[in-house]
Amino acid sequence: MPKVNLNEIRERKRAEAERFQARLFVCASTGCIASGCKAVMAAIESGLASHSLDKDIQVVPTGCMGLCSHGPLIRVEVKGRQPVLYVEMNDMLARLVVAEHLEPAIRRPDSFPGVPDFLLSHTISLDTPFFTEQVKVVLANSGRIVPESIDDYIADGGYQGLEQALTRMKPEEVIREILQSGLRGRGGGGFPTGRKWELTSKIQGPEKFIICNGDEGDPGAYMDRSVLEGNPHAVIEGMLIAGYAIGATSGWFYVRAEYPLAVERLDKAIKAARRYNLLGKDIMGRGVDLDLDIRLGAGAFVCGEETALIASIEGKRGNPTPRPPYPAVKGLWGMPSCVNNVETLANVPTIIKRGGAWFASMGTEKSKGTKVFALTGKVRHSGLIEVPMGISLRRIVESIGGGTATGKKIKAVQTGGPSGGVIPDRELDLPVCYDELKKLGSIMGSGGMIVMDEDDDMVDIAKFYLGFTVDESCGKCSPCRIGGKQLLILMEKIAAGRGDPEDLENLGRLATAMKRASLCGLGQTAPNPVLSTLNFFLDEYRARLRKPEEMGA
Amino acid sequence: MPENSASMTEKIQKIGSEPDVAAAVRKWRKKRGSLIMVLHEIQNSRGYVPREVALYLSRELGTPLASIYEALTFYHYFKLEPPGKAVISVCTGTACYLKGSQAVVDEFSREIGAAVGASTEDKMFHLQCVRCVGCCGLAPVAIVNGKTYGRLTPADVKKIVQEWRDHFKDDPA
Repeated sequence: MPKVNLNEIRERKRAEAERFQARLFVCASTGCIASGCKAVMAAIESGLASHSLDKDIQVVPTGCMGLCSHGPLIRVEVKGRQPVLYVEMNDMLARLVVAEHLEPAIRRPDSFPGVPDFLLSHTISLDTPFFTEQVKVVLANSGRIVPESIDDYIADGGYQGLEQALTRMKPEEVIREILQSGLRGRGGGGFPTGRKWELTSKIQGPEKFIICNGDEGDPGAYMDRSVLEGNPHAVIEGMLIAGYAIGATSGWFYVRAEYPLAVERLDKAIKAARRYNLLGKDIMGRGVDLDLDIRLGAGAFVCGEETALIASIEGKRGNPTPRPPYPAVKGLWGMPSCVNNVETLANVPTIIKRGGAWFASMGTEKSKGTKVFALTGKVRHSGLIEVPMGISLRRIVESIGGGTATGKKIKAVQTGGPSGGVIPDRELDLPVCYDELKKLGSIMGSGGMIVMDEDDDMVDIAKFYLGFTVDESCGKCSPCRIGGKQLLILMEKIAAGRGDPEDLENLGRLATAMKRASLCGLGQTAPNPVLSTLNFFLDEYRARLRKPEEMGA
Repeated sequence: MPENSASMTEKIQKIGSEPDVAAAVRKWRKKRGSLIMVLHEIQNSRGYVPREVALYLSRELGTPLASIYEALTFYHYFKLEPPGKAVISVCTGTACYLKGSQAVVDEFSREIGAAVGASTEDKMFHLQCVRCVGCCGLAPVAIVNGKTYGRLTPADVKKIVQEWRDHFKDDPA
């Protein structure tokens, strides 16, 4: 098979881009599709055609641009002018953007004064903290390229990391680079990625697997979905580099079935990579064979746990198994396997390209690089953000997120979803990193970050999360199966105003026992929302208890 | 009807020759880790996994029926009974919960007259809660047969239900 020439593609794409007077990026992620971006796209295309601008302007349907609460989004980049971001578009407004902004800007550039006044209320300045305070590594291309276009990805420097790894580095050198970067698992656990690779690389077996964990289950988080939708080739490239480093014979994506668009784009991307011989046999003519395949989840939160995920690919119930043996020793079909999260893998190509030291220069002592968060809840700018590790929660919520949309005071920020905890307002100056969040009884988690204001009831929130984990417990081990249910019964009793002081004590005791004794991460972390709200908002629990005069009633 | 009766065998044979079942088996038979993928294909084409199909798959894939039902009953995604024509999935992820998805669920339930997890008697609607569809910026969200509705309030429910009643009005159950 002919070796793909990345440089040639880059040059061709650059020449192509030169021909256009302007580029128009339209967010086509799940969120914006739900907001109606398809009608916007159609209006733009017909508008451009009727103004005979379709040869001068390139329309780029992209992955997530981040500002999901204000979709549909259009970013207009006219040569020689500042880019403009249009928000909350509809088909009528999109036609106006074409007729009143693009047409004059291109046909009469000398007399074009800029965005017309009546459209200004539909723009957001790109100088706002929402954009300026972010640092994008994983999301660098998302919102800038056509996710399905392998040429677009290559034009933006894609597959250079793979080329570099295959042509100039031995597998152990790749691992050393990742170790040096300090990259830790972005699925929530925070295990050093380089160490995982090193362990798996040393175990021999007739087959060896690299597995991408795309079973993003935290209800309130969609980082991995957006990365897969917005830049699937970055994850594929990360998989290939990881597979090369550990000596994998094949690779598997495990993606939630609830993310059909992500699956569709990933599938297209895999096929395109295969056509370019970036996947399959003798990749890039370097004698490395590795192919990737997709398997779907089927709606089980526990399958985000690596041993349950492996059972699910094998077609079994998603029951976790005790570790050791770790998947590195005995994983999928009993073979050595390495399971990495989507965002973790999406970091890999850039680390190889720019070096582990560069990555390690961002973040804190023990948490390097950046982290993607889904910032949601009662926040003004709800969406997908990427920030350097170590930034304070307050800056994320108040500066990037713009505070609450309700104008009410922030009560707490929840991180880590059903496995995490709440951070009260007074602790928001805490730097975001694995260890600091853990100290406060929460976890980094996969990246859900939910802002709660004064109206939100902490007892109800804890009950909500617990209800979720009780539903999702696989039932294999009794601490989780029975402990979770008993905790929930207590929480329901308290929430209904029938709780007694000893119920609070029992809550704490039961939660601690469940944490210690459960088999897998689900049960070990399920009590966190209860424990952390008990810790920071005990008053709210006490206020819900049965009043002494009602006793014996 | 006992599953080993002659008419059942015939039924299983017949369902195996239907295009979706035949295609799913052809596509996945030789691949590893294929059980859940086959079940997805059946669920997608039929809206649920009928018993005859499970029996046919067991025979064709050499997978014990118990293993098939182990997967079918463990994963929320698979249904064993045919759902209504319009499947209403209300997101009850955290962001939607905080923004009042429960009231939206209750209103849907009242409007169509079916509980969560159940279908209406005329098999027009099926109501279910799902855990985060990843549109948190638009919370609260509901999806009906693939179409997403964002920033919902209970007041929007009537219109959505009517929209789907109209959609299926020439297509009686």
